[in-house]
Amino acid sequence: MAKEKLKEYAIIGKPTPNVDGPAKVTGEAQYTIDMTLPNMLYGKLARSPYPHAKIISIDTSAAEALPGVKAVITGKDTPGGKYGLWRRFRELSDQECLATDKVRFIGDPVAAVAAVTEEIAIQAVELIEVEYEPLPAVFDPDDAIEDDAPMVHEDFPSNINATRHIEWGDVDKGFAEADYVREDDYVTQPIHPAALEVHNSLASYDKGTGRLTVWSSTQSPYFLQLGLSDALKMREGDIRVIKPHVGSGFGGKNSTMPDSVNAALLSIKTGRPVKIVYNRDEEFQTTEHRTAQHMRIKLGLKKDGQIVAMEVKTIVNGGAFTGLGATDLYLTGTFITMPYKIPNYRYDGVRTYTNTVWGTSIRGFGSVPGKFCAETQLERAAKDLGVDPLQIRKMNAVYPGYEAPGQYTFESCGLLPCIEKMETRVKEKWPKLEEDEGIGFAAFAYMSGGIFNWIDTPYAFSSAHVKVNIDGMVDLYTQASDIGQGHNTVAAMICAEELGVGIEDIRLHLGDTAHTYTDLGAWGSREVLMNGNAIKDAAAQVKNKLIEVARLKLGENIAYDLVSKNKRVYLELRPERGISYYDLVQDAIRANDGVPITGVGHYTPHNKGMISPAYGTGIMAVKAKTDKETGAVVCQDILVVHDCGQVINPLGVRGQVEGSIHMGLGYALCEEMPMDEGNVLNPSFVDYKILRTRDMPEIEFIEVPTYEPNGPFGAKEAAEATIAPTAPALANAVFQNTGAEFVAPVLKPETVLKAIRAAAAKKQGK
Amino acid sequence: MKKQLNIVVNGEPRELYVEPKTLLLQVIREHLGLKGTRPACDSSSCAACTVIVDGMAVKSCSILALQVNGKEVTTIEGLAEESQLHPIQKAFVDNWAFQCGYCTSGQIMATKAFLDENPDPTRVQIQEALDGHLCRCTAYNMIIEAVQDAAKRLQARKAEKGAA
Repeated sequence: MAKEKLKEYAIIGKPTPNVDGPAKVTGEAQYTIDMTLPNMLYGKLARSPYPHAKIISIDTSAAEALPGVKAVITGKDTPGGKYGLWRRFRELSDQECLATDKVRFIGDPVAAVAAVTEEIAIQAVELIEVEYEPLPAVFDPDDAIEDDAPMVHEDFPSNINATRHIEWGDVDKGFAEADYVREDDYVTQPIHPAALEVHNSLASYDKGTGRLTVWSSTQSPYFLQLGLSDALKMREGDIRVIKPHVGSGFGGKNSTMPDSVNAALLSIKTGRPVKIVYNRDEEFQTTEHRTAQHMRIKLGLKKDGQIVAMEVKTIVNGGAFTGLGATDLYLTGTFITMPYKIPNYRYDGVRTYTNTVWGTSIRGFGSVPGKFCAETQLERAAKDLGVDPLQIRKMNAVYPGYEAPGQYTFESCGLLPCIEKMETRVKEKWPKLEEDEGIGFAAFAYMSGGIFNWIDTPYAFSSAHVKVNIDGMVDLYTQASDIGQGHNTVAAMICAEELGVGIEDIRLHLGDTAHTYTDLGAWGSREVLMNGNAIKDAAAQVKNKLIEVARLKLGENIAYDLVSKNKRVYLELRPERGISYYDLVQDAIRANDGVPITGVGHYTPHNKGMISPAYGTGIMAVKAKTDKETGAVVCQDILVVHDCGQVINPLGVRGQVEGSIHMGLGYALCEEMPMDEGNVLNPSFVDYKILRTRDMPEIEFIEVPTYEPNGPFGAKEAAEATIAPTAPALANAVFQNTGAEFVAPVLKPETVLKAIRAAAAKKQGK
Repeated sequence: MKKQLNIVVNGEPRELYVEPKTLLLQVIREHLGLKGTRPACDSSSCAACTVIVDGMAVKSCSILALQVNGKEVTTIEGLAEESQLHPIQKAFVDNWAFQCGYCTSGQIMATKAFLDENPDPTRVQIQEALDGHLCRCTAYNMIIEAVQDAAKRLQARKAEKGAA
């Protein structure tokens, strides 16, 4: 068989407008927040004002007496199920429906109310009397692991939620052989995903059948089904989760959260539909964020810049629960090595429980804090060694077939061509710099979906069901989640390409656990590769059935290859001999005793290492201007050279790259969540700064595609990688211009000014 | 004590009775069931809920319903013309100017009010006009391109109508 390679397709690779476009630009797209049901009640949660306290008593009588209140529940009214994403290790299923014995962070829910209006529900919450006995609390991860630290969870000594050790090669020998060794400390800040649609859920319990239906703003209907099953102690199959359009997630909507659980409990109790909608303050104070890390990296290089050894230690401020934090800890240890050849490597990561809201899997998870540290350190090392910043990245770049022993393998990899393209383009684009300007680089790589099965599913990681009807229309059923990234369009494109029909022939049926086979949802850039493979598999099964009928009809010898393209099935070598797809479908269904032609496809990675079947790679350059008097940094221009395998939809890829960079630049310039004893100090869009229209530079974007053998049509991860290099590339631009070194990503004027002065003092000291 | 509110919404006269504290956003979403106008911030700081009141872009969460008594309100549902997408809506679709779509109604309504006043804007003018509109997905560049494209489409349509 000929080696598969990049080629021209009818649909794949062509700019394709979003299939959800008309619904989204007319306001017709329905999000959970837009939904109501007849007889619906409004739920609200009573939350702890303390970061750590024993619950002595809860008096709900005044709330219950308020006219319009239909139910009030506390921890003792719940089935007592604990839930979390790390289901494989049940002790990490650490979330409760409502706190029973004690609260663990400010905002931990202790009671829930259902009332006929939201206003009455809010009043009722205020009438709930909770007597607390405040307990000593811990907020800093370094304090949390002390022997005498207060314990957040009784079964976890020293508040150690998870640890991870990764090692390959001989690290001590590597450092002994190094010509140059440096160690740097970093402290990265927490940031919030800040999706515009808040967490909200609508639950409706049918007493007659004992079945529950939940609509929710979620990234993964399946994860929510499992979370609810654990929390409510119900059978998975009795819980139907429906995901309408989602006002984005960015990683913050993977976990089952108290909105869904308590809407469900209140619906079970009242027999009426119940909806819980968080407000923006609850969103910032009580929903998951990107964790802060205290990181130390030791890096050893040869004189010419070749990396010989790396050692990373990190301690993560996990907060009150696990979420996807334990995965984030593992991925931090692997992504920090990418995309470089590191012959000797050691990582030790600790995730601590503390009395703050907890951290999880925010966009680019496992890569963003670590890459800031590693890429700024590499820049400093290059400068000390007198090696060009692009040269040092090129010399250490991973290549096709590179294996980090026992961890990961890059099958396709366009990193070297990307760096070479960057070398020429950067000279053309910015031939001359002003005195206050600098250019910074950072290389990147990210997974195409995770291999890990902490959720403990017995099902395929992704599935798709394709059904062709008598009129040729194709029904594609999949649980894969489009939360804004454009996967619905990709799904339709892959299905149409494989079947040889038009995108307008595909009807999508999405996000309903009752009507779709399992998919793990939208996280870790997994849908294109994993769901894409499942769809391609299902569509190929249908296509092959149609081709068999065509073969009979055309009377062709088996030696002739038939293809399905542009709504015709024909002989590849004699295209004039063929049959219309629409006629063929009618014959095939009649020949099949009237049963529509179907295929169920699936994908689960096997023997692909510990992380992912494939990795997107590339390199970013940022041009920035620094005012040395005020410390103000302006990001002027961004250039990305990028390998995402075969591009499926160029419009979607560009959109995702732009969006990732926007979030990365926010991380670099203004986004942070200062906390005082567990209290988030900026819980609104007034005080939590997200970059606005005027803050964004234009982004030049160059594709250097490769063919990824593990992906559908050669596709792989397409953009999430580009969040991580943004902050270090900006910091490196400032470093190149001023010598300023940063221990944290937020380049606020005061931080920059201090760093510039420290660099000047260091220079004078020499 | 509820008061009478007479407004024209998307061309249809509506008579309602609302509490004085009721926000225009609540009237639009809850009383009229027009869910395309969406809340996101609780603090008048994201502009997702923008609608047009007598030609001006207004954050519907930041104005009392009774303040618009006697006025004309256009929401995203009132923009498409005779079941055809408005040129701004088409430009947003063709330029991939949204991802999750949650802030899109507000972006499009602000664009409508802006282009009505500034038919041939520069990039900087567009950035200034949409600066209050938070988008967590797109990085704005593809929105700006959609607005530029929409301006061209509207001018072409005007020229066509002029010629006819």
